[in-house]
Amino acid sequence: MSLPETVTAAAPTPVASAEAPASAPAPAPASVPAFDIERIRADFPILRRQIREHALSYLDNAATTQKPRAVLDAIARYYASGNANIHRGVYVLSEEATAAYDAARVTVQRFLNARSPREIVFTRNSTESINLVAQSFGRRQVGPGDEVLITHMEHHSNIVPWQLLCEQVDARLRVVPIDDRGVLQMDEFERLITPRTRMISVVHLSNSLGTINPVGDIVELARRHGVPVLIDASQSVYHMPVDVQALDCDFLCFTGHKTYGPTGIGVLYGRESLLDAMPPYQGGGDMIRSVTFEKTTYAELPNKFEAGTPNIAGVVGLGAALDYLTGVGFEAIAPHEADLLAYGTAALSEVRGLRLIGTAPDKASILAFVMKGAHPHDVGTIVDTEGVAIRTGHHCTQPIMDYFGVPATARASVAMYSTRAEIDALVRALERVREMFPL
Amino acid sequence: MSELRDLYQEVILDHNRNPHNFRELDGADRHADGHNPLCGDRLAVYVNLDGEKIVDVSFIGSGCAISKASASLMTDAVRGKTLEEARHLFQRFLTLVTDDAADADAPGLGKLAVFAGVRDYPTRVKCASLAWHTLRAAVDDRHETVTTE
Repeated sequence: MSLPETVTAAAPTPVASAEAPASAPAPAPASVPAFDIERIRADFPILRRQIREHALSYLDNAATTQKPRAVLDAIARYYASGNANIHRGVYVLSEEATAAYDAARVTVQRFLNARSPREIVFTRNSTESINLVAQSFGRRQVGPGDEVLITHMEHHSNIVPWQLLCEQVDARLRVVPIDDRGVLQMDEFERLITPRTRMISVVHLSNSLGTINPVGDIVELARRHGVPVLIDASQSVYHMPVDVQALDCDFLCFTGHKTYGPTGIGVLYGRESLLDAMPPYQGGGDMIRSVTFEKTTYAELPNKFEAGTPNIAGVVGLGAALDYLTGVGFEAIAPHEADLLAYGTAALSEVRGLRLIGTAPDKASILAFVMKGAHPHDVGTIVDTEGVAIRTGHHCTQPIMDYFGVPATARASVAMYSTRAEIDALVRALERVREMFPL
Repeated sequence: MSELRDLYQEVILDHNRNPHNFRELDGADRHADGHNPLCGDRLAVYVNLDGEKIVDVSFIGSGCAISKASASLMTDAVRGKTLEEARHLFQRFLTLVTDDAADADAPGLGKLAVFAGVRDYPTRVKCASLAWHTLRAAVDDRHETVTTE
């Protein structure tokens, strides 16, 4: 396990940090809470909503996180006073929009500790990031009879793009198994890397089990065999620091809407030498250097991969979200979320007939479960009537459902603004389920 | 809690616990499979006919309380009906679970009226209607798996 401990790049100015300004004297005395949850919650307007006459307990963060005021304001401000198309505008508004767009890219670069903003490509979401790699990189990297290696706990977005590629090039998709705790079988991982393995793509944090995979070890293993690696960090980047240089991965993706940012904006990190050698993913405006009917030459990185007018407001919102996230800081967020996970695990274990799905020793955020005699969808509907929002279904991970022999699970997932009181509300609501569906 | 009881009425909970006609029909005249890919519910509906009349009907499968109870109550409701009557009942059932203005007490719906509460939970309409869509496929002699998507 060689997860990076810290984001090494200088964090941008905190937007809503509880930290004192740099000039302030002496650290706060011990009586001041390190993490002011009420202050954090006050930054998220939606958390004040009432649902069916109950205070909202939003426990579906693995699906999407809520957005702080700083993000809402940044997007509104952009549209209200800064909107223009980027690049090639010689007027003030366009220059400002271009500057804001480029600045957000630098924010992402620092967030991931990439070497250069040229290694940061904006996409629509993680799904598009993975498809981009599968097609632009994979089509040249993987050939007939070759193998692509993924794991049993991938989201469909890290399965289907590779299946498509394998069909196109007549390659074979191979899958690293998990055990009944939801832990990757690392000895099998090593065994499944063969001379034909040409690509490895692995989720960092499983969205339906909560398992944190040893991605540092996996990259090291892949390096030893000379196989490029993509890390799907969609679920991890908002719970723990992710440093692409420390990880030494070739590609890494995440999505804006799970990092307290807007929907419709995602990120692909790629090692510059690899991105440079890859053909464009889509053709169009903004990704070219020159176009004639005979020959088109492509723009430099990262524009080569950003055809068409991008989601400028989304990029601005993402930048604000990452500023907010780093402003609060993982050193404050991680212990808070770890406490909630431990508290929730203990509390749910007390519910009669409840079985947790995903009990890996190294876990974050996710509490997935099934209840004897009550289908997950009935569980979801009943807890909703108590104002508790959880997700029910296969969570885009049908192979995991098959492995555990369940049609679906109910899943609660916490984020920085979650509280023990919300877990309590969930447990109370599950008692309602038990009343309605007695054992 | 009372709002919830409108959805999970005792009749529904009873049929979930002890579904009626929950069996395969060997050599059934008609048969179709239904699948709700959103939640993973799967069921199969079997029909035996005497001419145009449904003389036996049954189902197997797994799903939430709403879908299981709906399948159970459906089999009770259509046994002895003609195919045309069953199709008509299906339309009335769909209206019941989707239309706020539908009259749950209208004659002919019988016990199916307990599903009126579903209309307040739009995401659960598919649970309630899966069995009916599958029945329609069976009586229409369509063999591809019915999906709610």
